[in-house]
Amino acid sequence: MSNIAVSVTRLSKCYRLGTTHAQDGSLAGALTRGLRRLINGQPASPQTQDTLWALRDVSFEIKKGEVFGVIGTNGSGKSTLLKILSRVTEPTRGRALIHGRFCGLLEVGTGFHPELTGRDNVFMSGAILGMKRQEIARKFDEIVAFAEVEPFIDTPVKHYSSGMYVRLGFSVLAHMDPDILIVDEVLAVGDVRFQKKCMGKMEDVGQHGRTVILVSHDMPAITRMCSRAILLNKGEIVQAGPAHEVVNHYLHAGHIQPAVEWPDPTEAPGNEVVRLCAVRVQTESGTVMDRFDIRNPIDLEVEFDVAKAGHVFVPVFNLYNEEDVIVFIAHDRDPNWQRTPRPTGRYTSTARIPGNWLAEGMMSVSALMMTEDPFRMHVHAPRAIGFRVDDSGAGDSARGDFHGRWPGVVRPLLEWRTKYLPG
Amino acid sequence: MESTVEQESMAVLVIEPRTGYIQVGWRELWASRELLYFLAWRDLKTRYAQTAIGAGWALMQPLLSTLIFTLVFSHLAKVPSDGLPYPLFAFAAILPWSLFARSLERSTLSVVTEGGLIKKVYFPRLIIPIAATFINLVDFTVGLLILMGMMTWYQVLPQWTVLFLPLFVVVALLTALSVSLWLSALNVKYRDVASVVPLMTQLWMFASPVLYPASLVPESLRWYYGLNPMAGVIEGFRWALLGKSAPDWTMVAVSLVVVGFLLIGGVMFFRRVERTFADLI
Repeated sequence: MSNIAVSVTRLSKCYRLGTTHAQDGSLAGALTRGLRRLINGQPASPQTQDTLWALRDVSFEIKKGEVFGVIGTNGSGKSTLLKILSRVTEPTRGRALIHGRFCGLLEVGTGFHPELTGRDNVFMSGAILGMKRQEIARKFDEIVAFAEVEPFIDTPVKHYSSGMYVRLGFSVLAHMDPDILIVDEVLAVGDVRFQKKCMGKMEDVGQHGRTVILVSHDMPAITRMCSRAILLNKGEIVQAGPAHEVVNHYLHAGHIQPAVEWPDPTEAPGNEVVRLCAVRVQTESGTVMDRFDIRNPIDLEVEFDVAKAGHVFVPVFNLYNEEDVIVFIAHDRDPNWQRTPRPTGRYTSTARIPGNWLAEGMMSVSALMMTEDPFRMHVHAPRAIGFRVDDSGAGDSARGDFHGRWPGVVRPLLEWRTKYLPG
Repeated sequence: MESTVEQESMAVLVIEPRTGYIQVGWRELWASRELLYFLAWRDLKTRYAQTAIGAGWALMQPLLSTLIFTLVFSHLAKVPSDGLPYPLFAFAAILPWSLFARSLERSTLSVVTEGGLIKKVYFPRLIIPIAATFINLVDFTVGLLILMGMMTWYQVLPQWTVLFLPLFVVVALLTALSVSLWLSALNVKYRDVASVVPLMTQLWMFASPVLYPASLVPESLRWYYGLNPMAGVIEGFRWALLGKSAPDWTMVAVSLVVVGFLLIGGVMFFRRVERTFADLI
């Protein structure tokens, strides 16, 4: 009939802030409110509740066979959109029509139970995603082979490395053969080789007439794989159109925040060992800023909670420029903690980028938490924060009095010496 | 493509705020019956992981209760037992009672326990309390074997009435489900519920003929006594298995009506509030 796979009309989601707090959420609270209402004979007492529109009047259409990108900073409404489309939560207003078998996954390994073996979990996870038992049985070997966990398939997954866990989880999802597949930032975990494999599998899916909705911070991936994209900010669509244009807009318009915090540990990136609390970029004196003078030092800070003692961690920052080139990767070399198992508690690690070192432009920073030997990636918060470096043109930076175009990945103010022989 | 026909006839999924009467979604529920099986299977496989005596724990409680009740109520308080050996009299009631109480407790907590799943993926939410209720049939079956052992020991053999046993088992499960549909949904918003339930089951037990025969309740009050569906279930259970004194059928009928109303109301209430689960857990 039509070639539309997904059509979304004025989709909105409003959260009432504070409804989950003790005052409102306890039975006693509800009872006394009801009682007061009865006694005073008043209708519902005027409640000064804050509301938050996590998504507001979002409309778009996705054609069958299209790979569609959704981008935006943390808190822009991406996850809410995803949650509504995968029917985890209900919209407050608006509607979405979905044509075809649909698979939304907000997390890889959903439905995995640590005590169950890999084999059991494949069936469990498949059933939760809506696969029939025979279907899972038929694809079982393929799923396990793709995940590269054959020798461990009868081991409880609590003994798996996080990489194996994620690979198996993704593999179940990838073999569901949905008509419409939603993929969140899930590919950000796992090693680079497997990430590539996943990307390949997704492109495959796209080429077989399937529709893919890709939610990612990985701009090159969005530009490469998606034909069209939308950019969300504060719950609204800021731009929609060809993917590369939307990505450009995103990278240049500064939809990037200098600090991100996860007050709710269940939402924070991390695993059972370590979780992020906050990532920020700030001045030497600790003021969070989104613009820095090229001459001033810039502090990158990550705050994290260690929930299980005895692991060696290295906080890592990856800094990208607006062409998405990695300017540097910095591993924490604080001698007090290098090769030292960390006790539980909250840590704050700060890395200082010297002044007169970065080039001008937008920078984005990924925060990671890893163990170097044996290698294990615990946390990856891609493009968690961003900031802008400007040259005021005061004349004492590397730029001096030159005001033209100035390429270069970094712009250090080098130490120049001059020998002079008067003529 | 083998599923082409299916795909072409595929209905369009509409996602929008639901208002007014919300349908139960029987078809969807039926389509997810395998998930029900998998959830139950996972629970069974993981419940006794890393325990020494495993499923033995399931029997410990009803057996110990029987022992204590026999000592206290039969030997000390001399509670009558309709002419049956008291241990048999007590165990035949503790068995359906445990089935009910465990189901109620587990099912009430189930929605919050499965919060991780609810927040991440869609499936018919009703599956969760249903699975948490029916899983208890496993422990029950083991208990039933022990009861049969006891019956052989006391040389009390079942009559034709044993054919009614499945009916009372189903009513016990439906009673637990109907109440826990309300409570599990309420527990999402008001965690107080989780603390209230153990208290509630304890009081409920004394309002049911577990320790004493229903014949102790005055004739004039039987009708009201039937408002507690477990009264009918337990009396029926003793009758079906041990063959003594048929239950008061008025009482059983009242019980069935009560369960029916609770269940229909529970399903409707659950379906109404399940929309907010993911936002509140």
